[in-house]
Amino acid sequence: MLGWLRWFMARNGIALSVYMLGAVALWVIVMIVLPQLFMLDFSFRHNWQQIDPSKMGGPEDVYTFVNYHFLAYGSPNNPDPFNVVDVTVFFRTIIAAVFVTIFDLALCYPIAYYLAQVARGGKARLLVLSLIIPFWVNELLRAFAFRILFGEEGTINAILVGLGLLSEPIDFVREDVALYAGLGYAYILLMIFPIYNVVESLDKNQIEAARDMGASWLRIHRRVVIPFAKPGITSGCTMVFMLSAGALAAPQILGGPSSLWFTQIIYQWFNTGSNWPRGSAYAIVLMLTCVLLVLVLMKIFKVKIGEIGR
Amino acid sequence: MSADVQLDDVWVQFGDFVAVRDASLTIEGGEFFSFLGPSGCGKTTLLRAISGFQAPSRGRVLIGGQDMAGIGPNRRPTALIFQNLALFPLMRVWENISFALEVKGVEKSARRKKADELLELVALPGQGDKMVHELSGGQKQRVAVARALCAEPEVLLLDEPLSALDLKLRQHMRTELRAIQQRAGITFIYITHDQGEALTMSDRIAVMRQGVIDQIGDGTTVYDHPETAFVASFVGENNFFSGRVAEVSGATATVDTQAGRFCARISGAVPVWPGDEAIVFVRPESIRFARNGSDQNTLTVKLTHQEFEGHFWHLVLQTDSGDQIRMSVMNDGSSDTHEMESWIDIGFSAQSAIVLARGDLAAD
Repeated sequence: MLGWLRWFMARNGIALSVYMLGAVALWVIVMIVLPQLFMLDFSFRHNWQQIDPSKMGGPEDVYTFVNYHFLAYGSPNNPDPFNVVDVTVFFRTIIAAVFVTIFDLALCYPIAYYLAQVARGGKARLLVLSLIIPFWVNELLRAFAFRILFGEEGTINAILVGLGLLSEPIDFVREDVALYAGLGYAYILLMIFPIYNVVESLDKNQIEAARDMGASWLRIHRRVVIPFAKPGITSGCTMVFMLSAGALAAPQILGGPSSLWFTQIIYQWFNTGSNWPRGSAYAIVLMLTCVLLVLVLMKIFKVKIGEIGR
Repeated sequence: MSADVQLDDVWVQFGDFVAVRDASLTIEGGEFFSFLGPSGCGKTTLLRAISGFQAPSRGRVLIGGQDMAGIGPNRRPTALIFQNLALFPLMRVWENISFALEVKGVEKSARRKKADELLELVALPGQGDKMVHELSGGQKQRVAVARALCAEPEVLLLDEPLSALDLKLRQHMRTELRAIQQRAGITFIYITHDQGEALTMSDRIAVMRQGVIDQIGDGTTVYDHPETAFVASFVGENNFFSGRVAEVSGATATVDTQAGRFCARISGAVPVWPGDEAIVFVRPESIRFARNGSDQNTLTVKLTHQEFEGHFWHLVLQTDSGDQIRMSVMNDGSSDTHEMESWIDIGFSAQSAIVLARGDLAAD
């Protein structure tokens, strides 16, 4: 470490070295570590409703698991064996995020492959532009536009009913179709580009070699392209999963009246509930679960964490 | 099983660019056939047309008498070895080799057995469980050959597979490839820009220039009886003197050049006539020190440079008229050296020199 520091100083000069190390330290500590530590600390504390404000910071203000306990079992007078509402929403959110991820992967892998291996020059640039430019539209505008598209009186229903394919309009918002479409669309670039990056570096000759030996397209992808693209697929899936599980605006606007996203519960605790400790506990459980899930999946698919960074 | 390959007036065009022009030839079953030419001459394109990765713009490719039009590379009885080998880095050696069987749905133990047999054939026994990156360049080469043979192709296509190896290994692999071809008994079509490779391995060679096949013949024919100026200058080293034909008598012609008047045998398929522009070629090893006028062609030259290569001395000489001449002298142990800048008499026989109609020369 000391040796590396000396090498780094010699290479960049004192002033630049101090600036770079300082900036990185500031970034890591102030932006990443400290806020999360505050949240972690919060999650183990009583809220002002449960403790007399005058005793805050005193000997009775001790760490507690009460907020985590609440997520699992609800309030003391809850008749159910566990906190049915919150726990259900929690798992539904995770599962829905997994589905959004799978949907995005199925949609984006062919696009990424096409961009990386098939499209040439101008066509590829045009496709990339047409993928990026729609994201100039901000998230809220897009979400409300999706409501119009998918609503009971919306365009899709109008067309389907008009063509006689449906006798009654379907409320796609209530059925959460709008939500999944909105979430899925919001993160496609985060899925496409990591996969594109990796597949682009795949030697075309390997694909041709496999084809020359009689492999079908399916087998070429299963045995040659996908194993090679695994780091990109993992990194895309990780980002899409994390972001959709943690999304707030899209579920708020596009979610059906009966379906709640776990982030909305967290938001309620922080905001209308004025219970920051409980909100923190909920948020931390969500984060840890997501991280754990990702790590387990990486283990199953034999991807090392270092490979994602490539 | 080996199949013959027939090219029937094959053209390949990319937009306005003609990569292959009117290629017509028959490669016999079991033959080791090479396409030799400088980079960009269309030889790789031609190979891709045979393997099915590139559809000819015109003409037909027949393998074993069957027209290959509309038949994809995966359904042709050919296997291609790529220039960079294109081994699958994430599979083990044996999985790489037996991939063609995996495609056919052969069960694992049978695939493994076949891979081990092929490893034996390419002299890499017991290396099946290694990963590709654990192998040396020459070993990867053999794995690529084994992988291609596993598909039991009737024609094996090789796209400069030795170009990444160092000289020693390359020379060794030449012998090895030739031996494998004879053991496997199938047709090999080999693409190279290295005339040494083509000459040592091939039964026949097609020399290509700018999309056109200039000459087809066995090694000695292409080397000793080139039919175009390009073939004469591309295959092996050659000295050349441009001039005008003064006289033709039988199989020899006399040509006036700025270095003097030379008599040489006529080699080209196109006859030359007095007054034609022509080039006289003479190989460095055909030039000798002149001994009392025994040779028909003589020159007096100045020694400007010399290199010692063990079995040969390579001399660079200059004529009065400014032509540069290369001469190779066998090192027979007698220290028969010449002083730099000294004037020497050299000569060559009319039989060892050839005259060809003027044409493009290979770029150095």
